[in-house]
Amino acid sequence: MSSLTEKDRPIVQLLLSAGTCPRCVLRFCCVGSQLLYRHPHQDLMKDLQEFLKNSQEKEDTVCLDVADPPCKRIRLEHIREEGADDLNLNGAIPELPLAASGNTATESSAGKVCNVCLGILQEFCEADFVKQVCQKVNSADYQFTSFVFSVSLPPQLSVRERAAWLGVKQQMRNLGLPFAKDDIVQLKEAYKWIIHPQLSEELGVPADGKSLFEVSVVFAHPETDEECHFLATACPDCFKPAKNKQSVFTRMAVIKALERIKEEDFLKHFPCPPSSPKNICDALEIQCNNGAVFVAGRYNKYSRNLPQTPWIIDGERKLESSVEELISEHLMAKFKADSFNFSSSGREDVDVRTLGNGRPFAMELVNPRRIHFTAEEMKRLQQAINDSSDKIQVRDLQLVTREAIGRMKEGEEEKTKTYSALIWTDKAIQREDIAFLDDIKELKLDQKTPLRVLHRRPLAMRCRLIHTMKSEYIDEHHFRLHLKTQAGTYIKEFVHGDFGRTKPNIGSLLNRTADILELDVESVDVDWPPTLAD
Amino acid sequence: AERYFTRWYKPDVKGRPCEDFCVLQHSNRICVITLAEAHPLLQSGKTIKNINYQISANCSRLQNKVSGKSKRFLTELAPLCRISSSDGEEYTIYSCIRGRLIEVNENILSNPALLQEKPSTEGYIAVVLPKFEESKSITQGLLTQKEYEEVLMKRRSSAS
Repeated sequence: MSSLTEKDRPIVQLLLSAGTCPRCVLRFCCVGSQLLYRHPHQDLMKDLQEFLKNSQEKEDTVCLDVADPPCKRIRLEHIREEGADDLNLNGAIPELPLAASGNTATESSAGKVCNVCLGILQEFCEADFVKQVCQKVNSADYQFTSFVFSVSLPPQLSVRERAAWLGVKQQMRNLGLPFAKDDIVQLKEAYKWIIHPQLSEELGVPADGKSLFEVSVVFAHPETDEECHFLATACPDCFKPAKNKQSVFTRMAVIKALERIKEEDFLKHFPCPPSSPKNICDALEIQCNNGAVFVAGRYNKYSRNLPQTPWIIDGERKLESSVEELISEHLMAKFKADSFNFSSSGREDVDVRTLGNGRPFAMELVNPRRIHFTAEEMKRLQQAINDSSDKIQVRDLQLVTREAIGRMKEGEEEKTKTYSALIWTDKAIQREDIAFLDDIKELKLDQKTPLRVLHRRPLAMRCRLIHTMKSEYIDEHHFRLHLKTQAGTYIKEFVHGDFGRTKPNIGSLLNRTADILELDVESVDVDWPPTLAD
Repeated sequence: AERYFTRWYKPDVKGRPCEDFCVLQHSNRICVITLAEAHPLLQSGKTIKNINYQISANCSRLQNKVSGKSKRFLTELAPLCRISSSDGEEYTIYSCIRGRLIEVNENILSNPALLQEKPSTEGYIAVVLPKFEESKSITQGLLTQKEYEEVLMKRRSSAS
């Protein structure tokens, strides 16, 4: 932590006379004490005035002091002690040019919108703005235990920051004094030093960079938007018109151009230090967003007339409801989310039931207002879903992390599934005719992309394994077949052959024409999500 | 599996008598081109000598996957393959619908009997996918099962 020393005097002088606010002045003097920035800006202004008035003859180490209530003095004593550890320059400082006396300098700054931060470190640090933000947060009715406050600054702030720096650098050079950029405090950092504690106090929770709850503010300053434009002529290749972007002058592009542009060119096009604006920034939007939560479980499907996801063609719904909707309806209501993303470990057709332990699924709930649920509450939510429909049932409903979803998708590629198929044959069969199926192990299939999905999938050949089969004779034209297969096997096509495009198939194995009447998924052999005790 | 297909017919293609084709249209737009029962190749006594997917010097339907998009797009009268029978006759099989050629049936190359034994299933000729916008209009030039049966009746009565 450093305090102001004599070497800072010309900087303070120059910036205050240019219309820079006290906090930005402190930033350019590399003052790293967070506490100092939190002082009311009027007090800081007075301190800077004092500092300028103090002549060289007094102590070399000049600390900022507030000639006010003792409590404040105590805080500053603390700073003074820490400041004393710093090395101070004892070099002789030449007389400042007559350009501006202390008073004129501070007069320039008082009441004006800062020429560097455009008001961010002025009004937008005040209690009123904090109240405004917190009102927005509270009315949005989110559940959260911490927050991250993110701020979007207009790109011209980077330009003005550079201009202020160049102005100071020039001044120091003219005075024959050293000046390095390195420790200048970043505007965003100083802003957060000031506003985080205030927000934290109002909201009652700490600020945490890793928090899932984000409060974001977008600042804009239309009055000075065109200030970036000169960079386009100086560094044209930084500003490529991007698709759909309103302005080519994005923050990133502007920063890149500022890195490239030569000092002389910058000085030619832009006043250093920058001029004072007429108006303060606008806070365009204050938005809240909660990070997504993930709910996982397993579902059973007992209907032969229910798609997994909504079936809509040309705006017309072909079948009522879907697995996804039956589950999401309740979750969306409880978690109060904006939207959801449903995914599962594989899918089944509309006319296929899912029995056994069910199929693993995960539901991403986007921007949920509610995020805390106990195991009990989850159980009740599960029960509510199960009570509401006999077409599906869910189990093992639980909150999981985003990483856990990967495990589910793994299952889709690698794990096995077991099925039960009701098969019809054209020519009669006897028990002996199908018995041999039970002995076939690791049957290798060559399946071309089935005709029924060829309209949306590319033509390809896939090799899949039928690990085991077990047949159950019913009558001369019917039998039930239980199969355990590799993930990704098209069962229906294995039974009817799909115009001979799946080989071998039940028809070819039995030397008859076969068709599938019913299919059930008996199990999806993925051991995720963890089974919950009932 | 055939229950998902609608049957459409194109009789006497290119004016050649009884060279009828049957297009099986799936509810997802996919069309399977097959020989209709009345086609000469399916009559008793015909033996297939050769099936050739090489339509011209530059175009083999077997090379479908590697050829460019333009070669894969078929008009109604684009030839799919040429089949010669042991009695010296040559027949050209046409697409009958506009669309993208997805695949031709290679199984009948190795086993021509399939074409005659199971013309509506394993003996199919090709799979064509019409453009989305055209999926309804392509059947305008084709006959429904009923209309085709009338054509067959007319043939029988004029023959006698």
